[in-house]
Amino acid sequence: MSGAPPLLAVDHLEVVFDTRHGPLRALDHVSLEISAGEILGVVGESGAGKSLTGTAIIGLLDPPGRIAGGEIRLNGQRIDNLPPEAMRKLRGKRIGAIFQDPLTSLHPMLTIGEQLIETIRTHLPLDAAAARARAIDLLTEVGIPAPEVRIDHHPHQFSGGMRQRVVIALALAGEPDLIVADEPTTALDVSIQAQITTLLKRICRERGAAVMLVTHDMGVIAETADRVAVMYAGRIIETGPVEAVTRAPRHPYTRGLMASIPSMRVREASLHQIDGAMPRLTAIPPGCAFNPRCLGASARCRVEKPMLEALPHAVACWHPVAGGPHG
Amino acid sequence: MAEENPIALTVEDATCHFDVSAPWLTRVLQQSQRRILKAVDGVSFTVPRGKTLSIVGESGCGKSTLARMVIGLQPLTSGKIAFPPLARPHGTFAPPRLQMIFQDPYASLNPRWRVGEIVAEPIRELKLMVGESAIQARIAELLNIVGLAPADAARYPHEFSGGQRQRISIARALATEADFLVCDEPTSALDVSVQAQILNLMRQLQDEFGLTYLFISHNLSVVRHMSDEIAIMYLGRFVETGPAEQVFSDPRHPYTRLLLETIPSVETPNRARTPMSGEVPSPIAPPSGCPFHPRCALAEARCRTERPRLTGSGRQVACHVTAAVAP
Repeated sequence: MSGAPPLLAVDHLEVVFDTRHGPLRALDHVSLEISAGEILGVVGESGAGKSLTGTAIIGLLDPPGRIAGGEIRLNGQRIDNLPPEAMRKLRGKRIGAIFQDPLTSLHPMLTIGEQLIETIRTHLPLDAAAARARAIDLLTEVGIPAPEVRIDHHPHQFSGGMRQRVVIALALAGEPDLIVADEPTTALDVSIQAQITTLLKRICRERGAAVMLVTHDMGVIAETADRVAVMYAGRIIETGPVEAVTRAPRHPYTRGLMASIPSMRVREASLHQIDGAMPRLTAIPPGCAFNPRCLGASARCRVEKPMLEALPHAVACWHPVAGGPHG
Repeated sequence: MAEENPIALTVEDATCHFDVSAPWLTRVLQQSQRRILKAVDGVSFTVPRGKTLSIVGESGCGKSTLARMVIGLQPLTSGKIAFPPLARPHGTFAPPRLQMIFQDPYASLNPRWRVGEIVAEPIRELKLMVGESAIQARIAELLNIVGLAPADAARYPHEFSGGQRQRISIARALATEADFLVCDEPTSALDVSVQAQILNLMRQLQDEFGLTYLFISHNLSVVRHMSDEIAIMYLGRFVETGPAEQVFSDPRHPYTRLLLETIPSVETPNRARTPMSGEVPSPIAPPSGCPFHPRCALAEARCRTERPRLTGSGRQVACHVTAAVAP
């Protein structure tokens, strides 16, 4: 690839959990890139490793989880091997994080102003008054009405959607280059969900931040992301521009996943279903991890692991589906 | 030959109020009023036999309370819920048997019981079968029906995935020879590919056993797939009801339109949309007149003072503005 290096480059990242029964490989050669001003959607079902990818990038992997291989680069600088103290400074300053549950990611005993000001002053050289003004600006930016009043309220005085806006303001406090948003809309109602995804999109465009949006909801990805990476059993199995992946998925799993979403337009007699479930980490089948559930699996799929192609719309499959819309 | 009643459930003006007042002494000292949360406020509907009525709404609209009222877990403040008797063998009539499928398959199965015991409990309790061998045969049959193996009866719930657990819940519900299932968000804890499996199973069981479903969900695409009839609920009241087909193709109430507009869809990636501002108001102090008016673009002076009633037959809409325009 030519031009400026991507803001975030994850290269063959491997995350391993050491257990009594030996190491479990939870992420297997995950590679992805996000440019400034771009939203990458990372989608997958429970246990696919999508949140773990986010956690590894933020540097919040808990033991026994550890990075066993690969590199994470932010603006060309390696961040996966930084000492904890340096990583702590980076987090919040250059990487902002938004988590799923807006209630548990805020301190219940402190006003949102105290939390914002603390974060701002940790990362920026501002005095208390300037930090407060900055906090009010941030609250305005994320669309909280009457921020001068609301800044002195406690989290319980906010609704779920408003709390998530506060969490986003906190993530923006250090003016980060990269925002990792892990299921930011999952706990919210649909009408509020739309407000939050629109806000994320606006922030990404206006600030030129790179956003990694981790979610299980293909609809949210389709509406918000520029590019998407589909994960299955710890690997990226398909990646590409969101239009291409949602309209003409090439991996049988992505195709099945898209077809199993009930349509809003017509009522089908029955939904497409992928039988079985994602394998556990302890029992990932050899070859392509999807082969036991795949209708098009051949002998090769059972022994040889397919690698992700080096294409804009890439797939890790020996028998990718030809183009054309699904269903 | 007695005639079958085409109606499985009639709910008339069902109301459920919760007293959320401060304690007595506090009220006296602060001279504050009693505060009543009208979770369900005068809801009437019927469910045809062998069909699915879905109740859709955002968090806090009262849909789960309504489900609990129907199943008898929540006493009514006022109103009436009636189950017309069904024809039973030997020319007798009896009310339908009700069962509930809960949202969280991790919390609704006793972790210390084997699956066989979980499924057998209603059979033993209701004395539907005599003799251990008959019961064991029935358990095997039920597990087969829901797509599990008879040998799974000897395993514990923790050995199963979320989707499989939801199958166990369904088997337990069917064990009572239930005619009527109240399903409160049965798939919202599941991944989409597993959700498709469960929805297909539920539709197939409905065709096979003539089950009636009262289906509670916030997910419109799931509701679209499951429902014959649909009711949109907002702050404890129905705002629009009618055949699912018509409600989806021609939504009349501004709130229904909002819900359909904001739902993220994989069918239209990166659609530019205008998110709806505002949030669901508190049911303790709902807005005057039409409770939706603060969020409604079409609101008129009348909407702020006068509460609209559900009008129309077949398709019912509670809106001053759109009901008048509608043919």
